[in-house]
Amino acid sequence: MDVAKQGAARVGDDPLNGIDMAEAGSVTVDTHEAHGHEAHHEQSFWSKYVFSTDHKMIAMQYMFTGIVMALIGGYMSYAFRMQLAFPGESVPGYGLVSQGEYNALVTNHGTIMIFWVAMPMLIAAFGNFLIPLMIGADDMVFPRINRLSYQIFFISAVVLIASFFVPGGGFGGAWTAYPPLSANAQYNLTPLGATFWIVAVALEFVAFLLGGINFITTLMNSRAPGMKMYDIPMVLWMIVIASILFMASVGPLIAGAVMLFMDQVIGTGFFDPNRGGDPILWQHLFWFFGHPEVYVVLLPAMGIVADVICTFARKKLFNYKLILFTVFATGIISFFVWAHHQFVAGIDPRMANVFTVTTLIISIPIAEMLFLYIATLYGGSIQLTTPMLWALAFIAEFLIGGVTGIFLGASGADIYFHDTYFVLAHFHYTFFPIAIIGFYAGITYWFPKMFGKMMNEALGKIHFWGTIIAFNCIFIPLFILGAAGQHRRIYNFQNFPDLAGLQDMRVFATMALIVMLAFQVVFLVNFVMSLIKGKPAGKNPWKANTLEWTAESPPPHGNWPEGLPNCYRGPYEYSVPGREEDYWPQNAPPDTAPAE
Amino acid sequence: MPDDALGRPYQVPVKREPLLPNGVMGMLIFVATEVMFFSGLISAFVIGKSNAIGGWPPPGQPRLPVEETAFNTAALLASGVCLYFANRAFREGAARAKGLLLASILLGGFFVLFQGAEWVALVREGLTLTSGQLGGFFYLIVGTHALHVVAGFAILLYTYNKLAHGDLSRFTFWPAQIFWYFVVGVWPVLYWLVYL
Repeated sequence: MDVAKQGAARVGDDPLNGIDMAEAGSVTVDTHEAHGHEAHHEQSFWSKYVFSTDHKMIAMQYMFTGIVMALIGGYMSYAFRMQLAFPGESVPGYGLVSQGEYNALVTNHGTIMIFWVAMPMLIAAFGNFLIPLMIGADDMVFPRINRLSYQIFFISAVVLIASFFVPGGGFGGAWTAYPPLSANAQYNLTPLGATFWIVAVALEFVAFLLGGINFITTLMNSRAPGMKMYDIPMVLWMIVIASILFMASVGPLIAGAVMLFMDQVIGTGFFDPNRGGDPILWQHLFWFFGHPEVYVVLLPAMGIVADVICTFARKKLFNYKLILFTVFATGIISFFVWAHHQFVAGIDPRMANVFTVTTLIISIPIAEMLFLYIATLYGGSIQLTTPMLWALAFIAEFLIGGVTGIFLGASGADIYFHDTYFVLAHFHYTFFPIAIIGFYAGITYWFPKMFGKMMNEALGKIHFWGTIIAFNCIFIPLFILGAAGQHRRIYNFQNFPDLAGLQDMRVFATMALIVMLAFQVVFLVNFVMSLIKGKPAGKNPWKANTLEWTAESPPPHGNWPEGLPNCYRGPYEYSVPGREEDYWPQNAPPDTAPAE
Repeated sequence: MPDDALGRPYQVPVKREPLLPNGVMGMLIFVATEVMFFSGLISAFVIGKSNAIGGWPPPGQPRLPVEETAFNTAALLASGVCLYFANRAFREGAARAKGLLLASILLGGFFVLFQGAEWVALVREGLTLTSGQLGGFFYLIVGTHALHVVAGFAILLYTYNKLAHGDLSRFTFWPAQIFWYFVVGVWPVLYWLVYL
């Protein structure tokens, strides 16, 4: 019996079908307009592409906004890296980088890459696209809240970009916005830019708050019949746990952002030591959010990698439950490590000891997860497709990021390393694998489902190797520079006699950056060319198990117009002994009797 | 019961009943975020208080109206109790649900107005946002709560309008109540920390 017939039978038999889902919970398979896809009316351009409530369209909106923001963020890094390599010279395609502009570029590069690239692409784009498709639902439970979420996110992006065009230019107080630098226009010299920045960040948080409510509720309430907790694909667990972490940690930061905004605009003195305020208080509020935030973006990337390696190793995820519990543990521990960002901020050394211990503890679950991934690969029939290459690169590169973090987590070593390029290189070895490698693993894997076409493998591999090699060439020199004592957020190192001699390494890193940015053109070309004349993908090009591969590519409005699928087993039943095929889709009815 | 490839019957899974309806779960998650937001404000306030040189409340600043606000606190708590009984009446289908809900809304409105009057008096006495840490934190925390009361007031008015037209669903009323209980429940904590 095929899927279509079963699904149709089930929908027809359901006596509750027809009750408004928003009101009755998901006791039915119905959502906003799931009825009558036969009588589907023609949608106008605006309602289809701009004001859509379809989770797939919202995912695309998030993804393309994220890609545009990534290009802007990459362009900024090009401008300030050129200034560091060739100080005082006019940058081709930008012009002369002034000192104030340098600060604004560095600040907004960080802000954009974290809040407007990593979060929308990993959580919002993949979360929106995958959650309903992988759990066999036709949409999110709150489609209109979902649309509102993107609209607020879009406004936040506009506000952030607008901050560059106000008098004084974009905010230049670093992405962590430490007061008094950020609170006082006399210090940061960007009175309006600072306010725009804080408003943009606050709006962005509201957008993800709305998205997070949707993700968690949808995963809990809309799963296909038969899909139990341990049948949920790992990527969804990770996106949802990341959403939970975000929701739990963002409140204090919003509180801090309101206070900082009031300090800037109204003239209160919450963070002003001259008026009884406490600048360190901001650091606590910021990092109480900021450290879980690392895991908020890490976990979706880890989840994408989990799904990709299972499919291309043709093997079951090694110890699903242990990975899941490890993720929960990571989430909980991530709330007790934040002060490791403040070892040099004058916190009590006894407290620094405690946070050193918790910080080193959190490396255990992450290491454990990487080992479990490697165990998944062990003995598998590995296919080195482009997504698999990205997934393997994620494991390798993130490992370097994790190991270098140990030096920074130890409060003694951190006193030397703090605010050097060592921190910067460490940070990029964690965030680049997360935001960029994780995204490429996901997009090359789900591209066939999103657009119904296969991507070009040759171009994909050229892009992969160009990006990965260039990436390492950028940041390994920065580790060395950092260990030599090169401080962050310096406009021109020629003024430091001890550091001026290391200019060759800066030039090398900048050249590698240009190479890496140039290789992204290969991706964009591949993306557009595959959209136009890629090979048709069919429903399940990778022979994967999870439910999204049972829908059409690209899935129509409502995902499974002929009826939603059922779920009979876990997501990673690859190479099951005694079966002809090496995969076993979650929706396929059992073809062998259960053991007597 | 359908058959598998070998002709043996198997069980088609059925949809589980969700633990909580969508609206309720969404609202609970939202309220959890709000709890963390107020925790952030409260911890900032506690740190600010402990940093204060010269003791707390700061010398030379107006005193907060403790007794009047105790009365106002009672009004807000009474509003929560009214809402509880309104829900019970609503579930029994009793007509008094409307009156109780209206009482709850009016008490909430009274709370905001009373607080507004208090603020006017305090501003006259010289307590403003920029007059010092006490003023800053007072208006920040109490003002944030007041905004939540106004939002809750609007939500309850919406449910009242629906109830009056007889098309209020349990799944609309339930999340609205969760929000209002949060607004009511967080206030005694703020009163205890900020005023006392």
